[in-house]
Amino acid sequence: MEDCLAKKMEITVSEAEKRTGRNAMNMQETYTAYLIETRAVESQSEGQCAPVDSLWRRYSEFELLRNYLSVTYPHIVVPPLPEKRADFVWHKLSADNMDPDFVERRRIGLENFLLRVASHPILCQEKIFYSFLTQEGGWKEMVNETGFQLKADSRLKALNATFRVKNPDKRFTELKHYSDELQSVISHLLRVRARVADRLYGVYKVHGNYGRVFSEWSAIEKEMGDGLQSAGHHMDVYAASIDDILEEEEHYADQLKEYLFYAEALRAVCRKHELMQYDLEMAAQDLTSKKQQCEELATGTVRTFSLKGMTSKLFGQETPEQREAKIKVLEEQIQEGEEQLKSKNLEGRDFVKSAWADIERFKEQKNHDLKEALISYAVMQISMCKKGIQVWTNAKECFSKM
Amino acid sequence: TSLGEVNSFSPSMPISPSSMINQYKFEDEPELRDLFITVDDPESHITAIETFITYRVVTKTSRGEFDSSEYEVRRRYQDFLWLKGKLEEAHPTLIIPPLPEKFIMKGMVERFNDEFIETRRKALHKFLNRIADHPTLTFNEDFKIFLTAQAWELSSHKKQGPGLLSRMGQTVRAVASSVRGGVKNRPEMFTEMNDYMETFSQKINVLDKIAHRIYKEEREYFNEMKEYGPIHTLWSASEEDIADSLKGVASCIDKCCKATEKRMAGLSENLLPILHEYVLYSEILMGVLKRRDQIQGELDSKVDALANKKTEKDLFSEEIGKLEDKVECANNALKADWDRWKQNMQCDMRSTFTNVAENNLRYYEECLATWESFLASQTVDLHVEEDSEDRP
Repeated sequence: MEDCLAKKMEITVSEAEKRTGRNAMNMQETYTAYLIETRAVESQSEGQCAPVDSLWRRYSEFELLRNYLSVTYPHIVVPPLPEKRADFVWHKLSADNMDPDFVERRRIGLENFLLRVASHPILCQEKIFYSFLTQEGGWKEMVNETGFQLKADSRLKALNATFRVKNPDKRFTELKHYSDELQSVISHLLRVRARVADRLYGVYKVHGNYGRVFSEWSAIEKEMGDGLQSAGHHMDVYAASIDDILEEEEHYADQLKEYLFYAEALRAVCRKHELMQYDLEMAAQDLTSKKQQCEELATGTVRTFSLKGMTSKLFGQETPEQREAKIKVLEEQIQEGEEQLKSKNLEGRDFVKSAWADIERFKEQKNHDLKEALISYAVMQISMCKKGIQVWTNAKECFSKM
Repeated sequence: TSLGEVNSFSPSMPISPSSMINQYKFEDEPELRDLFITVDDPESHITAIETFITYRVVTKTSRGEFDSSEYEVRRRYQDFLWLKGKLEEAHPTLIIPPLPEKFIMKGMVERFNDEFIETRRKALHKFLNRIADHPTLTFNEDFKIFLTAQAWELSSHKKQGPGLLSRMGQTVRAVASSVRGGVKNRPEMFTEMNDYMETFSQKINVLDKIAHRIYKEEREYFNEMKEYGPIHTLWSASEEDIADSLKGVASCIDKCCKATEKRMAGLSENLLPILHEYVLYSEILMGVLKRRDQIQGELDSKVDALANKKTEKDLFSEEIGKLEDKVECANNALKADWDRWKQNMQCDMRSTFTNVAENNLRYYEECLATWESFLASQTVDLHVEEDSEDRP
C-alpha cells in the first residue's frame, strides 16, 4: 500500500446539501449533493497546509463510478456503496431518503467508499477515479466515452454460465457459498438488531413517564416530596439517554451493512470466473466437435450418429471437392479455435490468480474490520451500562431519602 | 408514636390497659410480635357444583386468648371476603387492608392458572399480616375465628349475625348510602385528607399503569434479545479468524438476556404488587372518608331536626350526646389510622422504589461485567497479534 492514493491525498465528503434541478425527462426533482474535499498530504512541513480542492457530486455519479470500476476490474472485490434506500429501519428512524439522519449516515458511507477505493493498491491508480475527485465538469461524459458499458456482461449470460459451468475452480465455488451465508446471516442480524433497538427504545422512553407523575405526586407529600421530585428528574435523564446510545449503534449497523454489500461484490467476482470458465468450456467443446467433424470428413466414417451424416446419406454423398473445401474451412477454424482457447486459458488463469490475490487481501481486511466492529459494539454496551449505573445510583439515593 | 395517638377507639371494643400496651409494641417493634401468619399451599377442589381453590393458613402465636399456640386451617377466597366485610362492619372508620380482586379485568381465560393463583396467594398473605400488624384489628374476634376455626365451625359462625352489609361490595355501599351529609360541618383535617386522597388516587393509578407498561416493554425486549445472541453463533460457523469474537459476543448477549429476565422478575415480584395494593388502598380510603362523613351526617341531621323542635330538647339531647360520641370516636380512630397508614405508605414506597433501583443497578452491573470481560479477552488477542507482527 506504499503508493496508494490514500497516503498522498486527504479525502473527505464534508457536506451534504439539498438541491433541486431538472432530470432527464425535464421534470423537477429534489436530490442531495455531496461535497468532496481533497487536499494533498504534505509529509514534510508541519505548519503548512496545502489548499483544499472541492467539488459537488450526487449519488448517481458515485454509482456511475462504481459501475465503471466493477466492469473495468472484474477480478477486484470492488468496495460497495452505502445503501440507496434506508433499509432495516426501526420505528424511530425514518425510511425517507431526505431525512437528515439518513443523509448524514450516507455522507459518512460515501466518504468511506472513497477512502476504500483510494487505499486499494490497484483501484487507486485508476485515472477515472482521480478525475472523479478532482475534475468538476465533464466527468460523466468522459466515463461514458470509455464505452465501458459495452464490456459489461449481460445478467442473462452470467446466469446461464452459473447453471451450466462444469468445472469451476473449487475455491470460487466455496467463496460463493460463503458470500451467500455472509449475506444471509448479516441481514438476519441487522433485522433483529433493529427490532432489539426498537424495544430498547420503548423500555427507556416509558421510564420518562415517571418524571411527571412523581412531580405531581410530590406536590401533595411533605416528607416524600423532595425524594420523589429528584428521582423523577433522574428518570427523565434515563429516558433521554437512549437517543444518543442508539444513534451510536447506527454507525455499528452501518459497518455491518458495508460487509453485507461486500458479499455482493464477492459474488460478482465469482460470477465473472464462472462466466470465463464457461466460455472456456464452450470454446473447448466447440473445438473438439470441429476436430471430430474434420476427422469424419477426412476418413469418411461417421463415428457418431448425426443428422448431417443422415442427410448426406439420404441426399447422396458430397463430391470429393466439396469435402476438401469443407475440411480446409474446418482446419482454419480449428487453428483459430486453438489459438483462442490458448489465450482464453491464459486469461482464465491470470484472472484466477489476480482475483484470488485480491480476495486474500479482502479477507484480511474483512477480519480486521469486523473484529474491530465487534469490539466497538462491546465498548458501546459498556458505555450504556455505565450510564445506567450512574442514573440508577442517583435514583436510588433519591428514593432512599423519601 | 405516643400512646395518645395509638388510641384507636372503636365503639364495639373495650379498651383495656393490656391491649393498649400490645398496640404500642406492634407499631414499632416487629420482633416483639406474638402472632405469625402464613398463607400457602393452594389446592384446587372440584365438586359437582363448582371448582375452587383453598389456601392453607398457618398461625403461630403466644397470645393468651388463643387456646393453642399453633393452628392450621384451609380457607377459600370467599372466607377472606367475609372477614373483610366483618372488619369493615366493626370498624367503619378504620383502614381495612385491601384484598386481591375477585375477578381479573383483562379477561384471563383460565381463572386458575398458576401465575394468578400465586399472585393471589401472596396478596392474601399480605392481607392477613397487615391485619395482624394493626393495633386494633389484630384483636378482632372474627379475625381470631378466621385463623382458628375448622371449616364447619367457620360456616356456622358465618351464618350468625348481620351479614347483609358484608355481602355488599364496598363501593356499592358507598353509592347506596342516602345520607350524603357530613360535608358541611366536616373538620378541616378531613377535607384535607379527601383532597389528598383524590390526588393520591389519581397518581397511584397512573403509576400502576406506567409500571405495567415498563414490564411489558421489558418483556418485549427480552423476547427479541433471545433471538439476537444465537445469530452471532450461527455466523461464527462460517468464519475462522473472527469465530471466537463472534461467539464471545453471542455469549455476552445471552448473559444480558438472562439478566433482563431477572430484572423483569424483580419488577413483577415487588413493584407491581405494591402499586396494585395501593391502588386498592386509595379506593378503601375514599370509602372510609365517606363513611366518616355519613356518621357525621347522622349527627348533623339530628341536630338540624332538633333545632326545629324546641320543646323536646331533653329527649333528643341524650340521643345527640350518643351521636356526638360516635362522631368523636370515628374521627379519632380515623385520624390515628390515617397517620399510621401514611407512615406505612411512605415506608413501603421508599423500600419498593429503592428495590427497583437496586434491581436495575444489579442488571447493569451484571451486563457491564460481561462486556468488560469480553473486551479484555479481545484486546489481549490484539496485543498478541501486534507483537507477532512486529517480530521479523
